[in-house]
Amino acid sequence: MIRLNNVVVTYRTSRGSINAVDGVSLEIPDGCVVGIAGESGCGKSTLMKLIYGDVTSPMSLSSGSIDYGFENDKGAPITSANIREQWFKRISYIPQSSMNSLNPVARVGTQFIDFPGSDPDKKRVMEKVRGYIGKLGLPPETLDAYPHQLSGGMRQRVMIALATFFQPELILADEPTTALDVVVQKEILLLLMDLQEQMKNTILIVSHDMGVHYQTTQRMLIMYAAKAAEYGDSEKIFRDPLHPYTRMLISSLPAIGDDRARQGISGTPPSLWGQLTGCRFAARCPLATDKCRAEEPAFIEHRPGQFAACHYAGTEITQTGDGQWQ
Amino acid sequence: MAVILRTEGLNKVYRLGSFTRNRKIQALNDINLNIESDQPVIISVVGESGSGKTTLAKTLLRLIEPTSGSATVYDKVVAGKGEKLPKREFLASIQPIFQNPFEAFSRYRPVDAYLHETATRVAGLQGNAAIDAVEQSLASVGLEYADVRGKYSNQFSGGELQRVSIARALIPNPNLIIADEPVSMIDASRRMIIINLFLKLKLEAKRSFLYITHDLATAYYISDFVAVMNKGVIVEFGPAREVMTHPQHDYTKLLLDSIPTTRQRWRPRSSVAI
Amino acid sequence: MTQDAMALPTTRSGLRWRELYWLVNLRLAIGLTIVLILAVGSLVLPLFNTVDPSVQASYWKNLPPSFKHLLGTNALGQDTFWYLVYSVRNSLVLGFVVAIGVTVISTIVGLSAGYIGGSFERVVMLVVDTFITIPLLPILIILGAVIRGSSTFLTVGLVIIIFGWAWGARTVRSMALTLREREFINMARFSGANTLQILVSEIFPYVSAFLLVGFINTVLFAINTEATLAVIGLSKVEVPTLGSIIFWALSYNAMFTGNYIWIVAPIVTTVVLFLGLFLTSTGFNAAFATKRGVA
Repeated sequence: MIRLNNVVVTYRTSRGSINAVDGVSLEIPDGCVVGIAGESGCGKSTLMKLIYGDVTSPMSLSSGSIDYGFENDKGAPITSANIREQWFKRISYIPQSSMNSLNPVARVGTQFIDFPGSDPDKKRVMEKVRGYIGKLGLPPETLDAYPHQLSGGMRQRVMIALATFFQPELILADEPTTALDVVVQKEILLLLMDLQEQMKNTILIVSHDMGVHYQTTQRMLIMYAAKAAEYGDSEKIFRDPLHPYTRMLISSLPAIGDDRARQGISGTPPSLWGQLTGCRFAARCPLATDKCRAEEPAFIEHRPGQFAACHYAGTEITQTGDGQWQ
Repeated sequence: MAVILRTEGLNKVYRLGSFTRNRKIQALNDINLNIESDQPVIISVVGESGSGKTTLAKTLLRLIEPTSGSATVYDKVVAGKGEKLPKREFLASIQPIFQNPFEAFSRYRPVDAYLHETATRVAGLQGNAAIDAVEQSLASVGLEYADVRGKYSNQFSGGELQRVSIARALIPNPNLIIADEPVSMIDASRRMIIINLFLKLKLEAKRSFLYITHDLATAYYISDFVAVMNKGVIVEFGPAREVMTHPQHDYTKLLLDSIPTTRQRWRPRSSVAI
Repeated sequence: MTQDAMALPTTRSGLRWRELYWLVNLRLAIGLTIVLILAVGSLVLPLFNTVDPSVQASYWKNLPPSFKHLLGTNALGQDTFWYLVYSVRNSLVLGFVVAIGVTVISTIVGLSAGYIGGSFERVVMLVVDTFITIPLLPILIILGAVIRGSSTFLTVGLVIIIFGWAWGARTVRSMALTLREREFINMARFSGANTLQILVSEIFPYVSAFLLVGFINTVLFAINTEATLAVIGLSKVEVPTLGSIIFWALSYNAMFTGNYIWIVAPIVTTVVLFLGLFLTSTGFNAAFATKRGVA
């Protein structure tokens, strides 16, 4: 169980500081796939970096903490302070762009060797690796190739192999399929789901594509303007969302075979500079009242297992004939 | 019926490498399209990266020379064999909308400078007539000229800037607007604002669009016709509703099958309690 | 991916002149101060002088510094201070003339070659590459006779321009090559711009930062080259420049005769001037680099 306790991540710049993640508290159960959704600027990538422990200046965890729920070799509980030691062992990361993450002048095989492993015998490690990548659908010759000689899908499989080789308890995938074609994307997502079912670990997937979340995740966190807007079982969120932002977002997605008119959400998320009062979605929300603008809604459990930050969570919003929300 | 878009044997071959060891890449392979209509239409060209859809757009925009074949837009030959359209007339009949609105404008120039230039140099208007044209086209995309005047590209959001881009394309009243992935860099919640705008412009301003995308859902939503491309070849073409709900070609079926929809799961997912 | 609205603080202001605060950094401030003091000083002070400092035997030789002769006089009977002032002026004028010539030529050649491309580019780059491979100093030494025989010392400047523009042209051309592929160029084309309008309005602003830094570097380079020539006696040493003053001081063995000021003063001035130009150039560079990081 990973517990985030009111984490606040601050960026300090010459113009002042900004909270990229502003007070998020969550419990992520073990052994499930959790999606983090939201739009650009909502803080999902920062949250992922925080969970991974990649917090370097000018970014800092200014308040709150994370409990990872497992202990290191010495029996001490892992928190955000010592998570770095566990990179590639208990926690690993699949980046968005494999081309930027693989050493372009080294053969793929040597990038496995660079690994912090407990086995000093390199030959044995390579044999194990060769066997492992076969399970991911890669031919053994892959290890002898350079990254640019492989297709995007194959490279991403290599990244997944790197990330899962030591069977970590937590895998973080930051937009793992955004750079891939849709056919390859499906293969990669299915692969990830297979691996998760075998290893029974936790995978966090960040994506801006709600379809990816629907297909792969069991629980989902929706972020808006550095705050958590909604969290809960994915199926339930898609069928009956609590937060108006989630509801409007999901309704705006067109689907093949569905001829209903769709409407985008006008307006933009608020700038995170300066003081923000009240609910951050109030400016674009059809349900907004003075209470919303003055008082920030708490992130509470409105239904069993479903959390949302809204004073009017669960209220129906419908579209009128010409597509306006009300 | 006017020929909205016709390509005859359109080919584009890239030769990479030196004399002895060169590779041939067939970016466009014998593209034959024929779309005729009295009404404005939205044609989608869908496909994955490397399918040739962007090459097709660039050929029609005369940014790339086809190796052979020709292309006709609204009864005028615009590219390839037989093309003799003068530059001014070409610019007044076809206009582009690019994928990345922030790249589409120079950092150092106010965006309305481009609008003004289009009005004076392409549409041939002067003085107040030019300003009126700019105002009108901005209004048709839901923006006020006063809000746009003198501002630079970094002062807008992606969606607003893309609308400015659309407004610019509208000024010379082109017959065909070619939009290359116009919403892929825009937040999902605001995508439909632009997509609905295309629909509105088709119905009210009577503009035809060529919509290049890899997003089949939005293509389904607004298109009249859709062409599915794979490796430089059009594998399937027809009325959008038909092709996307009853695909004939295996590749189209594969493509439609791979989209992560929010309707039906590929695999059953169990709920996990806290 | 979509623009990250959070990482780039949208201050909702464009490129207004008041936004130039990003330019100010310590390096640039110091550098500009030095250069401006020297430049303004060397241009204004001569207005207060009536005696031509290069005329020999105007005063008693080798006088120590006093109120009348701030740095004393030299073995030729010239006032060292005024000679130095005129030297700085002449060197700076030379530097700026050369920099203007080189920058203008390399910009026109580089931008047009890079943007227009095709056989035009190939022919132009052939010319550019030919000029790049010709080494400047040997040419100047060979042309020493011509330089000394000509009526104005700016002939040196002309020769430096002729053989110095090529390197900048090559760099500008490669910048134009990358800019040519950017989307806003297509946008400008579809807004009806012709090649010249695109070069001036679209491409030029993006190379202007490079040109400014290159300009200052060329000033430095030109002054340095002329000084090098003068010290070895291959320039018009009758004209006061930073190099010629050192030439005369060396010729008359200023160190041995005890007239230290004659040789030390120009060296110190030269070093300070070069330092100022260097700090200005790197100061601009640093300012532009940080600016590029923001929107």
